This record gives sequence, C-alpha cells and structure tokens, in this order.
Amino acid sequence: MDYGFVFLILLLPALTFILLGLAGMKMSHKVAGLIGTCSIAVVTVLCYYAAFEYFLVQGRDAATGLYPTVTAFDITWLRFSELLTFNIGFRITPISAMMLIVISTVSLMVHIYSFGYMHGEKGFQRYYAFLSLFTMSMLGLVVATNIFQMYLFWELVGVSSYLLIGFYYPMHAAVAASKKAFIVTRFADLFFLIGILIYSFYVGTFNYDLSQMSPAQMTALNQAGWIMPTALFLMFIGGAGKSAMFPLHIWLPDAMEGPTPVSALIHAATMVVAGVYLVASLFPIFVKFAPEALHWVAYIAAFTAFYAAAVACCQSDIKRVLAFSTISQIGFMLVALGVCMPDPETGAVAMTAEYADANGLGYMAGMYHLFTHAMFKACLFLGAGCIIHAVHSNEKMYMGGLRKYMPVTHWTFLISCLAIAGIPFFSGFCSKDEILVACYNFSPVMGAIMSGIAAMTAFYMFRLYYVIFWGKSYYETHKAEGAHQPHEAPLTMTVPLIILSVITMLVGIFGTLHVFEFGEFVSANGVAFGTHTNWFVAGVSTVLAICGIGLATYMYKGEETPVADMLARKFPKLHRAAYKRFYMDEVWMFVTHKIIFKCVSTPLAWFDRHVVDGAMNFMAWGTNEAGESIRGWQSGDVRQYAVWFLTGAIALVLLCICL
Amino acid sequence: MIPVEYFFVLSALLFFIGVFGFITRRNLIAMLISVELILNSVDINFAAFNRLLFPGQMEGFFFTLFSIGVSAAETAVAVAIIINVYRNFNSDQVNCIENMKN
Amino acid sequence: MANMVMFIILAVVILGSALMCVMTKRIMRAATFLLFVLLGVAGLYFLLDYTFLGAAQISVYAGGVTMIYIFAIQLVSKRTLQGLVERLKGSRVVFGALITLISLVTVVAVFLKNKFIDMAVQMPDEEVSMNVIGNTLMGSEKYQYVLPFEFISVFLLACIIGGIVISRKE
Repeated sequence: MDYGFVFLILLLPALTFILLGLAGMKMSHKVAGLIGTCSIAVVTVLCYYAAFEYFLVQGRDAATGLYPTVTAFDITWLRFSELLTFNIGFRITPISAMMLIVISTVSLMVHIYSFGYMHGEKGFQRYYAFLSLFTMSMLGLVVATNIFQMYLFWELVGVSSYLLIGFYYPMHAAVAASKKAFIVTRFADLFFLIGILIYSFYVGTFNYDLSQMSPAQMTALNQAGWIMPTALFLMFIGGAGKSAMFPLHIWLPDAMEGPTPVSALIHAATMVVAGVYLVASLFPIFVKFAPEALHWVAYIAAFTAFYAAAVACCQSDIKRVLAFSTISQIGFMLVALGVCMPDPETGAVAMTAEYADANGLGYMAGMYHLFTHAMFKACLFLGAGCIIHAVHSNEKMYMGGLRKYMPVTHWTFLISCLAIAGIPFFSGFCSKDEILVACYNFSPVMGAIMSGIAAMTAFYMFRLYYVIFWGKSYYETHKAEGAHQPHEAPLTMTVPLIILSVITMLVGIFGTLHVFEFGEFVSANGVAFGTHTNWFVAGVSTVLAICGIGLATYMYKGEETPVADMLARKFPKLHRAAYKRFYMDEVWMFVTHKIIFKCVSTPLAWFDRHVVDGAMNFMAWGTNEAGESIRGWQSGDVRQYAVWFLTGAIALVLLCICL
Repeated sequence: MIPVEYFFVLSALLFFIGVFGFITRRNLIAMLISVELILNSVDINFAAFNRLLFPGQMEGFFFTLFSIGVSAAETAVAVAIIINVYRNFNSDQVNCIENMKN
Repeated sequence: MANMVMFIILAVVILGSALMCVMTKRIMRAATFLLFVLLGVAGLYFLLDYTFLGAAQISVYAGGVTMIYIFAIQLVSKRTLQGLVERLKGSRVVFGALITLISLVTVVAVFLKNKFIDMAVQMPDEEVSMNVIGNTLMGSEKYQYVLPFEFISVFLLACIIGGIVISRKE
C-alpha cells in the first residue's frame, strides 16, 4: 500500500501557516479564511483517505491478525550516535489513524465555524495562520515515529496554544492566561524532557514501539529496573501538564480567554488529549515495565475527574463549566488507560482477544472516549460560542430561556449534553460504559467512584443546559434596559454544530446497537474484539445519569432556582470553595510566590545580580575607574607633560643609580 | 682657576630654575623665557666642559654657537605661534589651548 | 683669584636674575631679567676666554631674542601682558619647587659622584683666535663644521618663512 501522499498532511498546513503568516495581512479576511479552510479541507480528505486505506483497504495483516504499523517515511534529522538518532517521520498505527480523523474533523469544523464567529475581528488572518500551525503540530504529534519527534511537535502545539489563547492580546486577562498556560505546560514539559532523556539514555533509542526494537534495546529495557517506571512517570507528568491533570490543571480554565472555537479545537477536543495519546502510545511499555506507574496515573486521573466535576457544578461562566468538564472527561480517559493490567501469565500485553476484552479493555475504552468526547465536546464548545456570540457574555446570568431564540444551538447542545451524560443511544454512553466496565474489572471501588463522577457529569452538564436554555430569560426581563434580542447564529456556525451532533448521534446509535465496534479498530493489543454491553454496569450508570439529570431539572429548570440558592446559602463555605476551584490557584500562587520566589528565586536572583553581574560590573567599573584615573594624564597641558617627563627621567636616573 | 664643578652646579641650578618656571608659569611667553634659561644652562655646560676638560678641541664651542642660532630661530617661530594663538583665542594662557580638546 | 671673584659675581647675577625672572609676576620684568641672565652667561663665556662666543651671545640673544620677546609682549596685549599680574597657584608652585629640588639634588649628586671632574686640566690662558674659528667653521675636514653651518643657515631660512606664514593674517 502506498502512503506516499501523507507528507502533504503535514506540509499543507505548514505552508498555509507560512503563507497566511507572511502575506495574510495583505489579503482580505475572506481570502485568508478560504485559504486556511480549503487547505484544512484537503488535509481532512487526505486524513480520511489515509485512515480508510489503513483500516479498510489494507486491513489486518493476514499472518498476525493485527493492523500493521506503517511508517510512511522516516528521515534522520540528527544523529547523536550510531544507535541514537532523531528522526522525523510519519507513522500510522490504529490510534494515530483515529487521531488523524478526530483532529482533521474537528479542525475543519472549527475552521468553518470561525468564519462566522470571528467575522470582522481584527487579526482574522493571523487567527487562521495560527489555526493552521496548530493543526500541523497536532497532526505531527500523533504521527510521530519516535518520542523525540512527539516532544518537538508537543512543544509546537504548546506554542500555538499560547498564541491562540493570547489572541486578544490587548486584553490583560488573555495575556495573563496565555502566559499561565505556557508556563504551566512548559514546566510539565520539563519533566517530559527529562523522562525522554532518561529513557533514551538507558534504552539507546527514541523509538517507543516495542515491536520495532532490537534485541539489545529490549535487553536494556528489561534491565532498566526502577529506571523505567521513573522515566515513564516523568513523561506522564508532561502529559498531565498538557492534559490538565490535577494539580497542573490550573491553566485550562484560564485558557478560555481565547476565542471560543479555539477552546473547542485545542482546549477540548485535540490538544488536551495529547497526554492521553502519549500514555496510549507508551501503553505497551507502561504495562510491561511500569504497571504500578500506570495505576498511579489512574488514581491521579480519578481524583482529577472528581475534583473537576465538583468545581464544574458551581461555576457561573459557561466556558469555565465546559473547561472543567473537559478536565473531568480527560480524567475518565486516563483512568481507563490506568486501570489496564498486564496479563498475569506473561506480565505484558497478551495477544489474545480475551486480554483485549478483560485486562486491556480500558485502553480501547479510553481511546473510544477520546474519539466521542472530541466530537461532542467540540459541539458543546461551538454551541457555547454561538450563545456567547448571541448574548455577548460568558456569564450565566445573562442567559436563560434561549431555546426559543436559538433552536439549532439548543438541539445540538442537548444532544451533546445527553452524550456526555451517558444516555444510551448517544456516543458518550458507549465509551463511558466501557470505561466503567474496565474500572469495575480493576476494582469495584474505582468503578463505584467513576460511576458517581459520571452522575455528577450528568448533573453539571444539565445544570448548564437548563441555565442557558431554560429559566428566566435575561432578554425578556431586561428588554426595557436595552438588552438586545438573542438570535440564531449564521449558517457557517450552525452547520458544524449539526455535523458534529450527527456524528455523535450516529456513533451513539450504532455503538449502542453494536453495529459499529470501536474495538474492531483500536484495542490494547491490536486484536479485534466485539464489546458486549455489561447491562448491570450500563444500567447503574444510566440510572445514575438520569438521576443527575433529574436533580438538575428539579433544581434549575424553573424560572427561579430556590433549591440551588438555598443550598448555596446553607453551605456558603463549600459553595464558595467550589466556585473558587477549591483555591488551587491560590495554592499555586502561594507555592510559587511565597516559597519558590522567596526562598529560591530571590536568593538566586540576588546571586545572579550581585555575584555574577557583580563580577562583570566590577570589571567594567575597574576599567572605567582605571580610565578615569589616567584620563588626567591626557590633559593637553604642556606643563603637565613636562612634569611627567621630568619625573620619569629622574626616576630612571635614580633607578640607574640604585642599580 | 675655577673648578669645573662650580660651572656645573651653576648650570644645574639655572636649568632647574628654568624647569621650575616652565612648570609653574601659565603664560606662554613666560614659559618660553624659561625655556631660554634652560637652553642657556646647557650652553654654559658645553662651553665650560670644552674649556676645562678638553681644551684642545672645539666641539663644545661650536655646539654653543649653533645652539645660540637654533634658539634664536626657535624663539622667532614660537613667538609667531604665540601671536597666532593669541589672535585665535584672545588669550595667551596655556589653558586656553586646552579648548582645542573640545 | 680674580677669576673666582668674577665667577661668583656672575653666578650671583645669573641665578638671582633667573630666579626673579621666573618668580616675577609681571611679564615685562621677566623679559628684562632674562636679558640680565643672558648678559651674565655672556660674561661667563668671556671668563672662559671664549670672547667670540660671548659676543655672539650678546648680539644674538641679548640683541635679538630679547627684542623679539619685547615686541611679542607689546604686540600680544598691552592690556594683559604689560601690566599682567599672573596668579600663581600656591599648590602648583610648591609642587613644582619640590619636584625641581628633588631633580636638582639627583642631578648634582650624579655629577659630583662622577669621575670626570678629576680630569680637569689647567686652563691654557689664551683665547681661541678668530682665524681658527673661521677655518673650523668653514672647513670641511674632520672636526670642521661647514655642514652644520649650512644646515643652520637653511634652518634659519625655514624659520623665517615659517614665522611669516604662521603670523600672517588670514
């Protein structure tokens, strides 16, 4: 099978970025947007074609029954030693093919949507240039042939995220948010880099595909001992930074300062799942050499999922609610990956369908959830963008009763909410159910906790839904004060919503009926297997979700929200803590400002300023003073020269006498 | 018979009186006069050494003669320069020439 | 003995005038004292029986150079120079005197320690005749000075031209 065309997938967005970045300001908005969108459309077609070829035309290898790992090209860029080289390449595996579809689809939807959303904005061309840069980086990340290439694109993704969060750079909050996002993720990436270096030092390669390792490298891996869990966990910290795991999640809510389509693309659907993708890519190594580290990933992710869900229940800014919901859902995905266990007999990923269905189920569930979440969360964010576009505010108090004014947004939002809540026949149900099954396989406690968080998810999402679309309309109550009428978004904005919700619906219906089997394409060991709905788990979670929805309906559907207000009054401290995100930002501020800045940075700065700079300044001062002191000799005063001459002559004479 | 060291001490005293004048006076002409004193002390040495140490020869004699001629020429040129400086700076103090630096 | 008395008288005149010359605050007086110094030096030449040299000293220095100075003073500024009261800075005077004294002591010490004063010979009490001077000045043999003489003449010419060029009004 010929995959010669795939280099275009990376090249086209890169060229678009260069073109729009250099010449964009000379173009009109329409031309620049069309160039960006067309290029992404072509990339999307190519991605679909590549995935189609990979999954359906080429299909499974007849001998092994697995999807082969295809390396389309692999160019050596840097050569550190004979064994250790840094390559840039394009590799297709089942998960990268899936990611290609997710990224290109959401990116294309966002490109189209932005036509309407960003209409008339200053820097429209710049926006599209950055979107292209981001798409290129993200695609490069998922097709990386080695971990160092992944790291390179990882950082590029971070940069484009930084640029897009700070898109409204005249606004102070946007600048602060972009800096925060960059610094926090960069801080986490430092651990990622250290992990990569440790890994490559011990194994002698940047390659992370066990099937492509030489025997010597396998031996090195086997002998690494405790080094490998450490390296892998350090890499996971990098992933936790990007995927906003507690306590590195603090940048994601603030990142909502960026344009809403950007939030949909980067901070909900694609970039933030880079950490999940990283863990999934390293999954065989994790399972074989660091199962404990993998479980720690699960614990951290579970806590994050709970924490974010709790915070999401009390936020008033609708984008913040969605941001915390994203964090929570990413927690679900990582929990799913983390609860996978090695095969008891081989201690690794076993190549049997039983393994894929039992111990390795979480892998498939996590990837499945990544896929479905990308679609419905992008839809939710884009819907939130329509709402913000209509009411010109992020705050829930300016909303309410919008279902009459924005029917399309309302219906697509509702579909996505049902999906994320895990109602059968919506895509979230299929993936979340598998995650819960995997959790119950791991331990009933973990399963129960995750079921509870799923119920919380349903509650806060429907709280959001009711607050926006039902209840007292701000427009109707404030008509007299000049509040203007909300209106349905233009076609460019509603069409992506419809497409995304249709995908959600289709995946949900076919997935629930087991017509579409995600496990056919992606599984922990690559072996195809058919899922079967565990009706006990599914029933419990569905009931819990319906309870959550019912509670939300009871509390928030009406014109007034007496129960919610009463609860907030009754537990003011709890409500306030949740609203303030349990003071995590304050904790970080305390740690950075009071401890790191004061105890580490200040002395270091003092050392830098007084010792390092001081030495330099002293040299400069000494030279200056020496010059000043002998400057008087060059006075131009003849008599003074005569004195010096005389003194010198006499000194010489005296010297001669003494000698 | 006058011992040669008398001449020498005399000329040394004259020389350093000239040096003292050169480094203390600020007036260009006064400095030039000091230079004349220095030149004269050297001339005395030439003449006295020739006469008292090497009486058969004439080098000191002629050097003194040429020195007188050179110093006359030097004085003429120096005075011309001083007059020029005075014209340009309206002052004949050495300090005024320092203005050239700026 | 008479020589010694003459020498002492001349030395007192020379040193006294020289001191007055550098210490006086009026420029005109300095020029006048310079004249006395030059005359004293001419007296020394006579004492050494270099009568030609003494005559040259008087005619060139006392007659020419001093005149130049006086003209220059008159030309440069009647107002500033004739009645000029030059302010000497005390510290500078002290410093100059100090360094001069140190130098003087050094030089005198060097000289007195030297051996060549013992080489002094009895001065033949006779004048250098004009004939010898003329022949030596114009001869081109060894120890004869026609070349420096010509050089001096060219040099003087150059100085005349230079002086005219420099002091010429633009």
